[in-house]
Amino acid sequence: MKKRLPVPVTFLTLLVLTLTFHHLSFAQTIPTDPAVISAGEALFNGNCKSCHRVKQKLVGPALAGVETRVPSIEWIYGWVRNPAKVIASGDAYAVKIYEEYNKSQMTAFTSYTDEQILSILAYVKAEAEKPDAPAPGTTTTAEGGGQAGVPAGYLNAILIGMIVILVLLLIILTLIINALKKYLDQKDLAEEDKELVHSKYTLGSVFRSPGFVFLIVFLVASITFKNVIDGLYSIGVQQNYQPKQPIAFSHKIHAGQYEIECNYCHTGALKGKQANIPSANICMNCHTQIQQGTNTGTGEIAKIYAAIGYDPTTGSYTGKQKPIEWVRIHNLPDLAYFNHAQHANVGGIQCQTCHGPIQEMEVVKQYSLLTMGWCIDCHRKTDVNTKGNAYYDKLLELHNSKKAMKVEDIGGLECAKCHY
Amino acid sequence: MSNTNKKYWKGLPQLKNDPEYVKHADKEFVDLGVQEDNGHSRRDFLKMMGFSVAAASLAACEAPIRKAIPYINKPLDADPGIPNYYASTYLNGGDYCSIVVKVRDGRPIKVEGNNLSKVTLGGTSAQVEASVLSLYDNYRLRGPRIAEKASDWETVDKEIIAKLNEIAGKGGQIRIVSNTVLSPSTKAAIDKFKAKYSTTRHIQYDAVSNYGILKANQESFGTAMIPSYDFSQAKVIVSIGADFLGTWLSPIEFSKQFATNRQLTEEHREMSRLYSFESNLSLTGANADYRSMIKPSQEGLVVAQLYNILSGNGESSIDGIAHLEKAAAELKSNQGKALVVCGSNDKSVQIVVNAINNLLGSYGTTILPGTPVNFRQGNDEEMAALVADAQGGKVDGIIFYNCNPVYDHPKGADLEKSLKSVALTISTSSTPDETASAVAYMTPDHHYLESWNDAEPKANSFSLSQPAITPLFKTRQAQESFLVWAGEANTDYFEFVREYWRNRFYSPASGMDFQTFWDKCLYDGVLDLANAPASYTFSGNVEAALASIASTAKASNSGLELVIYESCGLGNGSQANNPLLQELPDPITKATWDHYITISLKDATELGIENDAEGRTQLVNLTANGKTISVAALVQPGQAPGTVGVAVGYGRTKVGRVGENIGANAYPLVSVGETLNYSITSGVTVEKTNESFQIAQTQIHQTYMGRHSVIQESVLSEYQKDPLAGREFPKITDWDKKVDPGALSLWKGHEYKNHYWGMAIDLNTCTGCGACVVACNVENNVALVGKQEVINRREMHWLRIDRYYSSDADVEDYKGMEQASENPEVVFQPMLCQHCNNAPCETVCPVAATTHSTEGLNQMTYNRCIGTRYCANNCPYKVRRFNWFKYHDNQQFYTSNPAMNTDLGRMVLNPDVTVRSRGVMEKCSFCVQRIQVGKLNAKKERRTLQDGEVVTACQAACTTGAIVFGDMNNPESRISKLLKIESDPERPYSIDKKIGNPRAYRVLEEIGVKPNIFYLTKIRNKDKAKENA
Repeated sequence: MKKRLPVPVTFLTLLVLTLTFHHLSFAQTIPTDPAVISAGEALFNGNCKSCHRVKQKLVGPALAGVETRVPSIEWIYGWVRNPAKVIASGDAYAVKIYEEYNKSQMTAFTSYTDEQILSILAYVKAEAEKPDAPAPGTTTTAEGGGQAGVPAGYLNAILIGMIVILVLLLIILTLIINALKKYLDQKDLAEEDKELVHSKYTLGSVFRSPGFVFLIVFLVASITFKNVIDGLYSIGVQQNYQPKQPIAFSHKIHAGQYEIECNYCHTGALKGKQANIPSANICMNCHTQIQQGTNTGTGEIAKIYAAIGYDPTTGSYTGKQKPIEWVRIHNLPDLAYFNHAQHANVGGIQCQTCHGPIQEMEVVKQYSLLTMGWCIDCHRKTDVNTKGNAYYDKLLELHNSKKAMKVEDIGGLECAKCHY
Repeated sequence: MSNTNKKYWKGLPQLKNDPEYVKHADKEFVDLGVQEDNGHSRRDFLKMMGFSVAAASLAACEAPIRKAIPYINKPLDADPGIPNYYASTYLNGGDYCSIVVKVRDGRPIKVEGNNLSKVTLGGTSAQVEASVLSLYDNYRLRGPRIAEKASDWETVDKEIIAKLNEIAGKGGQIRIVSNTVLSPSTKAAIDKFKAKYSTTRHIQYDAVSNYGILKANQESFGTAMIPSYDFSQAKVIVSIGADFLGTWLSPIEFSKQFATNRQLTEEHREMSRLYSFESNLSLTGANADYRSMIKPSQEGLVVAQLYNILSGNGESSIDGIAHLEKAAAELKSNQGKALVVCGSNDKSVQIVVNAINNLLGSYGTTILPGTPVNFRQGNDEEMAALVADAQGGKVDGIIFYNCNPVYDHPKGADLEKSLKSVALTISTSSTPDETASAVAYMTPDHHYLESWNDAEPKANSFSLSQPAITPLFKTRQAQESFLVWAGEANTDYFEFVREYWRNRFYSPASGMDFQTFWDKCLYDGVLDLANAPASYTFSGNVEAALASIASTAKASNSGLELVIYESCGLGNGSQANNPLLQELPDPITKATWDHYITISLKDATELGIENDAEGRTQLVNLTANGKTISVAALVQPGQAPGTVGVAVGYGRTKVGRVGENIGANAYPLVSVGETLNYSITSGVTVEKTNESFQIAQTQIHQTYMGRHSVIQESVLSEYQKDPLAGREFPKITDWDKKVDPGALSLWKGHEYKNHYWGMAIDLNTCTGCGACVVACNVENNVALVGKQEVINRREMHWLRIDRYYSSDADVEDYKGMEQASENPEVVFQPMLCQHCNNAPCETVCPVAATTHSTEGLNQMTYNRCIGTRYCANNCPYKVRRFNWFKYHDNQQFYTSNPAMNTDLGRMVLNPDVTVRSRGVMEKCSFCVQRIQVGKLNAKKERRTLQDGEVVTACQAACTTGAIVFGDMNNPESRISKLLKIESDPERPYSIDKKIGNPRAYRVLEEIGVKPNIFYLTKIRNKDKAKENA
């Protein structure tokens, strides 16, 4: 299988190389230096995580304690760089693992240096020694307003309480009126006063009163007006649009359960205008091995094979290809220019900010409004991510306000930022 | 111009104060009585309204399903949404340009110059810029055809090879006919073919031939070559009918060289001087410091006279040519820094020109015969012989390799007739053009953007072509066809070029492996080898040449004479189906979509031809060389009386819907002798008919309502004394005194804290060629509207080049004015949105659709515009364009605007720019999409934006570097340095920058709109301001 390393990985590789250079002397023991561990974490997240977890068995074995299980650390070096060779050499442990995991072979990372592999091991070890964290997912709720400060249960209780008090008040007031009437009847009143006391407030007279008629007409007109306006505003707004896709791809499994980086598949998100729907060859990075899905068995994965022309029985490509026609969910009008790199790379905005809790979605839907008001609102509220970006230095210097520099302050509301 | 008292005019109607002109002069939207569809009543409107509301609500219920189809196997370096750039080479016959192709999502969408090229030096021309649209020409052949019927390559090859063998078997003659072939690999491929079929001869010809120069140099130096010219080394240039800025040999290169000596600074107050002697007002003549009108019959005599004066032989061949003695004297005093070029295709004239340059010591300085160029290798004699052989039945097989002689050779009609009797006829043209339609086998070649190729424009300068897109159709590279027909085992032309380069250029001694070498060449697009200078000694027979001139030329010829020229935009007609070029206004006449003869006012009056303000004129029958064509007549100031000019490139009959049947074919008028002669000096008649005709001219659209500070110009001698020469400083009146217009303002003024975008345009180096206009059209998806809409004054060009004629005469001096209009001075001024800081358009928009940005841009928001057109009415520069129609997806505009109306054409659109719909205003955006990309790249790399990262399309296209764009807040930027912006520590981000360059002015400064575009004064290299042109 061919595996392409994304550009960030190569970059990270270089980074790791420079970071770990002075640790060469400790090559044979697993280092505990936090710098090495964090470098290892980056590598692990970028490359290993799609198949391995530290404490959990996934496509491949859980890696916790791997350094004690395997014959030697040198063995790991060889294995990571070329597992096929190790298996072919008849190495007992290698063959055992290979058989255990249904003869699915690990991807070879030929370019990895000893130091890099060691840094990954350092990370694995550090993770393994940590106490169990709470289950993933709960910490990644989506940002955004709409959450009330008081829990909903309290609100209901208060409301019910108030209604009860109001009803009680009504009963008490009726009782008081009746008591007063009785008291007045006992008195000797003039005819006019009697009429006043016993005047009939019938329902009909209330309905016919001009004030009531006006109120009703006003209410009906207002509600109709508001609905019409809301209706017109919602033309072309496709929030919660959740079309059926040709392949029942689950973000919940890939992004949620297996925590695959968004950028691993959506390669353009940090680079350019489009985040890019992944090409089938990216799917094949994992799915040459994983031929059975958690939810759908082989049915959906077979559709990828059909598209790219892969025969899983022989493990070869037939050359018969047919593109996958995904249904586009987010449709900005042509007159609006949106660039993912500006937001995800430069702005450092999380994907979930606009796309919602994508890691919980079985089927992706349009989470945000995608109206201009929604864009503008965010541009008004969001602080510019100026940290470590020399481009903004001058603007920051000139920003003479105690408040943080918002997107709005540097022209983020101008027409030609998005319309040209 | 109160100080120079010059009067400027855009055309004769303005000069004459034609009533119709005056009526429309102050209107932004002229009511020309255009018949609109008035068949709709108010009821209809309400019905439509009701329907559209219903439709909109229905549409809202069900969102249309849109598909997003990703790659199956994404190439590593192709990311949707991110353009890739590939170095390549534009080749069209002998026309050459080294280019960089912008490819977006697999489609070439823009062509720009390659700065690494030592030949074209990063320049482009209108034709090069437009060529990207020709790739998506609907008229292109979809695959091979046999006798007009679609076929497949296998059948075609089988039949052709059988016939070739049959011809070879009986010893029959085979000819390959082509235009100039610049590619050494192609020539090698043709050699393979020739090796297989030994009776094959390869004949090159050029539609507009320079065979005369080749012949002259053969006699003068012993080698039939055309030398390199270096206009940048020349202090005095004399051009006798050579339009080297427009069409002659290598105009891109020459423009670049010429411009280097026209850039004036306070530190360097020197510039070259250009004399022009010509009949038609050409681009070169329009840029000349001294222009003299001569008749073509006098051309040889002018050259001879120049020789007589310089050699001091005491003879005289012609008298009374203005500025001739002066030119000769200056040439003489600038030995080694002088250059004489001549457009004549007559061998004798060119020999005398060589002799003059030899006397002037030009060889080795301004002319480099050691570095010959290959742009024109056409051999007129061989081509004429071929036509004769074909007629005489002496040829059995002809392969037309990407050429169209049936259309563009004077004997084309004869050739067409004779082709029927030729046993095997093949054309590799990519369209079924006039020649291809007359042959049996159409074997279409790829477009150059789909091809592998190489080129050798100059000795030791090479460049590579690489495909920027997978072939759109079942076409095949012509070179591959040659290899297949030659029975070669390996017919892949890519491999062939690569092997050719490996064998010829690669040396393992360089320490590079071949793949690295090849990759580098492909990346650069060019390869320059060290030049071994060859020395040439002039040994031409001047006496004989002079005698020959004397026998043919006439000092005074009473009859009408004809000059056949190549127009700057359309060229030789090979790209006639390209609407970008058809709608590009001719730099001089400002005519679009039309063919015409240019005629002087004097001759027109005699013939009773009248042009009115709306371009209405009469058709005339032009007869020359025994052939008659019917074209319109356009009265052209600067046309030598007694001469008419007519352009080739029109009158195509089989070219596609855009270019078909516009005008008449002028090639048959060319006379065929030893060399092709484009100047017809006898037997020319122009006969007026009563048929009227309207030419779509843009020259008088969008005028300035009598405001005069638009052009500011002076002459070099004045500039040397005072760099403020020609400048005008309008004042406005405050309550007590006169102040600068900028000093008083209702507005608080902006502060641009980050970037402050501005532009400077040097009127001295702008030659008016129009490359920027086409580049702007392509970059910004500007709609092309077609002839009728141009007549209705609704052209959409965001950037136009205003051409002003000027005369020095006083307004009262009627006689003086008439004289000047005969041979006027010309100024070109690119005019685009000035991005005013106090923009009049912004204040009148009722919906705030046009607003100001924090970077100095005047922004136009299409989706907000409701089409009141108030902004256009309030724009003092007349640069706003209204979408009167929906120009996209509208069959009505299919012919003029295929880029928005066919699936194929739409591939050229820039996905980053909105295609505007009907009813909205649009205008120059300073290429805001490029600004945004530049900024984003800087932000992504966490650094500041560097000067030169943001380049507007017009700036990139400008060969002479007249347009400079950049951040005026950045003291290191080119524009800051050019304008000498002095930083004001008090208000560093204010719009009121102190401009230190004395030449820099803002157009219409007196109205106080404070534009962000500065113009640098036009300085002519004349001795005195008031001197007849």
